[in-house]
Amino acid sequence: MRVTFKIWRQEGPDDKGVIRAYEVDGLSEDMSFLEALDHLNELLVLKNEKVVAFEYDCREGICGQCGVFINGRAHGPHDNITTCQLHMRSFNDGDTIIVEPWRAASFPVIKDLVVDRSSLDRIIEHGAFISAKTGTAPEANAIPIPKDVSDRAMDAAACIGCGACVATCKNSSAALFTSAKINHLNTLPQGKAEEHKRVAEMTFQMEIEGFGSCTFTGACEVECPEGISIINIAEMNARVVKSKLLR
Amino acid sequence: MTLDSKIPEGKLEDKWRNYQVKSQLINPANKKKLNIIIVGSGLSGAGAASTLAELGYDVKCFCYQDSARRAHSVAAQGGINAAKNYQHDGDSVYRMFYDTLKGGDFRSREANTYRLAELSAPLIDHFVQQGVPFAREYGGTLVNRSFGGVQVQRTFYARGQTGQQLLLAAYSQLYKMVRAKKVEMFPRSEMLDLVVIDGKAKGIIVRDLVTGKLKRFAADAVVLATGGYSRVFRLSTLAIGCNGSALWKAHKKGALFGAPSFTQIHPTALPQSSEAQSKLTLMSESLRNDGRIWVPKQKGDSRKANDIPEEERDYYLERRYPSFGNLAPRDIASRAAKERIDAGFGVGRLKNAVYLDFRHAIEKFGLETIKDRYGNLFTMYKKITGIDAYKEPMQISPAAHFSMGGLWVDYELMTTIPGLYAVGECNFSDHGANRLGANSLLQASVDGYFILPNTINNYLASEIKTDHPTTDHLEFEKAEKETKAHIERILAINGTKTVDHFHRKLGKVMWQECAMSRNKSGLEKAITQIKTIRDQFWSDVKVTGHDKEMNTELEKALRLADFIELGILMCTDALEREESCGAHFREEYQTEDGEAVRVDKDYSYVSAWEYDNGDFKLHKETLEFEFVKPSVRSYK
Ligand SMILES: Cc1cc2nc3c(=O)[nH]c(=O)nc-3n(C[C@H](O)[C@H](O)[C@H](O)COP(=O)(O)OP(=O)(O)OC[C@H]3O[C@@H](n4cnc5c(N)ncnc54)[C@H](O)[C@@H]3O)c2cc1C
Ligand code: FES
Repeated sequence: MRVTFKIWRQEGPDDKGVIRAYEVDGLSEDMSFLEALDHLNELLVLKNEKVVAFEYDCREGICGQCGVFINGRAHGPHDNITTCQLHMRSFNDGDTIIVEPWRAASFPVIKDLVVDRSSLDRIIEHGAFISAKTGTAPEANAIPIPKDVSDRAMDAAACIGCGACVATCKNSSAALFTSAKINHLNTLPQGKAEEHKRVAEMTFQMEIEGFGSCTFTGACEVECPEGISIINIAEMNARVVKSKLLR
Repeated sequence: MTLDSKIPEGKLEDKWRNYQVKSQLINPANKKKLNIIIVGSGLSGAGAASTLAELGYDVKCFCYQDSARRAHSVAAQGGINAAKNYQHDGDSVYRMFYDTLKGGDFRSREANTYRLAELSAPLIDHFVQQGVPFAREYGGTLVNRSFGGVQVQRTFYARGQTGQQLLLAAYSQLYKMVRAKKVEMFPRSEMLDLVVIDGKAKGIIVRDLVTGKLKRFAADAVVLATGGYSRVFRLSTLAIGCNGSALWKAHKKGALFGAPSFTQIHPTALPQSSEAQSKLTLMSESLRNDGRIWVPKQKGDSRKANDIPEEERDYYLERRYPSFGNLAPRDIASRAAKERIDAGFGVGRLKNAVYLDFRHAIEKFGLETIKDRYGNLFTMYKKITGIDAYKEPMQISPAAHFSMGGLWVDYELMTTIPGLYAVGECNFSDHGANRLGANSLLQASVDGYFILPNTINNYLASEIKTDHPTTDHLEFEKAEKETKAHIERILAINGTKTVDHFHRKLGKVMWQECAMSRNKSGLEKAITQIKTIRDQFWSDVKVTGHDKEMNTELEKALRLADFIELGILMCTDALEREESCGAHFREEYQTEDGEAVRVDKDYSYVSAWEYDNGDFKLHKETLEFEFVKPSVRSYK
């Protein structure tokens, strides 16, 4: 299989990037998309060129580290998968594939396809935890949590933090990410003690980081590898109002 | 060198308490003055970092990924064990201890293994408190399921994301302490050397993966929590960045390496489909509850699976192990698959797989039930292979998965370098020669949250009185200079082959000779071959770009250089151990029908290797079984 990659190349944060074209032959349909990029990189090394910097770690759709725009879509042509789960069989021989980094003011480009997503860590830092110390836990079954409550918390907790929701949003909003975390913790009885503080602080940090506002287009849930629903955002908005009234 | 395991006095069930009673304490004002470096932010690293920070220490935590949340602990699907006996099925700390010791084929310490089981129940309490959404019954209590090698239900899980959910809890707790300014987090930072001053671990050299800058960090103690090193096989279920470098650098600075060759090969991963493949995805062990494993009876049968009639299928696990059948332990199931594949009965395009078939289960329980039980796994299988496993059998194959081996540690989790600790998968401790499913999330967490925070004080208590190290010390100077020279040497080679080229070669040798079954001549040959690969690497590798920038090729090259040396040690260890135990199967030591033969009278010890100028010197920690008599594992 032979394709032409058109890839965003950018030396560093302050450089102006450009799209460069690379023709790559000898690919097979069974290869993952990232393996095709590996292959390209090996060819570049042998041609004495710098490799394309791109991110990955687990390569099985769970760590959230991979993530690029492929032909204008976050994580490529399919709904609800990660970039590392995409395979070359989704493309045709002779295709041109445009590969770009996540685009969002809060995700500055570091190099080529690599962006800085530490803004998401800082949202977590601002209240996405239960302030109990190690060693202070009561017996696990002491507080029964009905299955439907626990399942709802789990649905929200499934976020892998890849940032596709932000990247695909026309407002670069982190509402899906933030709401998923808030709903995970605030749904559970363990998270109740700090619920209002958590909502206020996390949403405030979201604004400080420069993420845009949510206009409820629903684009994010289509690209979310875990299929996290935008209902979470509606629920977060209700919690914000409540926390303002009650705090 | 004598290896002192520092096992406390007393009855098995009193040892940990006895230890804690006698351990030295540090008052809160003094804790503030002590600095601890933690390399790794997986369950063991993040657990240790947050807990030590809560206790008042100043902590610096490092990881190579862009965020602490991405450590490979996230990949665990199956679950975490704990002796809660919630199912009222006769579980107890003692039973869990025994299962673990036996599962490891009696190649681990009784006292450590017991402590693991003892601390398992409070760990579940801890994670529930931190908000882990474990699976629940309708009435609100926690659910359990069973895993390979045990007869009770003691596994807790959070959908197919147990590792992810546990790590998110640990990461949240870590970031709580980042906000409290008690932890400083350094993502995109790779440890490239350990600094030892006057025989004690006092700091590390780190490469900033964004700028390429080398940085020095000093501390009163250093904790390695760097995870497994099975990427030495290249193809494995580990993340691409997983490495053995931190361990290897510590080893070269004097830390003994325990049982380096003990590697778990998981029986149900997806097979390799091309030379370019970078990773083998694990399919959960739970599939073996309902799936039946088979190969055609006829060698090289090229018919489609569904066209092969029932009587022409060989359900070899059921045939060989009638009582455990498809649920035989991992090491045994992997070896049996390899035996069939090597004998020419493998299936799939590359003839490197066996079938895992759900046809009978679907007929018996109905499609809906199977969908309900394994739906997400079937979906994942389809995403990767494009095949609908409800209609035709899955193709699976064994893959390198877990390192039982690691830095040798004593009961306090301290290595042979004072002040250097190893926690989680990177140490050799509780799993012996084979790890039971769902025991390692447990071990990593217990090490980090509960054990280390109660043992590190015993060392640090005396460090308060000594001067705090500073990074202008000559040893820092030296270590940084050596690291710089090492990097420059790699960049200067400018040869004709890529890093991956050499990694593929190393992986092939390791997989062929040092994986599921090993023999003397193969291992000897492997050592020679790896030495050749090493020499070729150092004369012909090509890395483009430079060292003052983000350079992913350089990162790979640095990791591979260490893997190559580690590979030699692994083969050396496997060669030395002339017995079969757990995952270590020496072909010379088997019964007539191919079962492992353990040789307790000669090999009831942990091998601990000392680095000796490119050579390795063996030390032995004899295993004393005071409370349990080692028996022969049988799953027939
Ligand atoms: C696919 C898969 C499924 C599994 N399923 C289960 C299961 O169901 N149940 C179970 O109990 N166990 C399971 N395991 C095993 C278990 O997940 C691991 O053993 C455990 O999570 C390891 O935790 P850790 O903290 O030791 O290391 P990790 O979580 O791997 O963390 C290692 C950390 O070290 C850092 N690091 C590494 N090298 C360096 C360096 N040189 N410099 C700086 N930082 C470095 C990394 O950045 C990372 O933060 C599974 C493993 C795999 C691979
Ligand atoms: S590499 Fe981990 S999710 Fe893609």
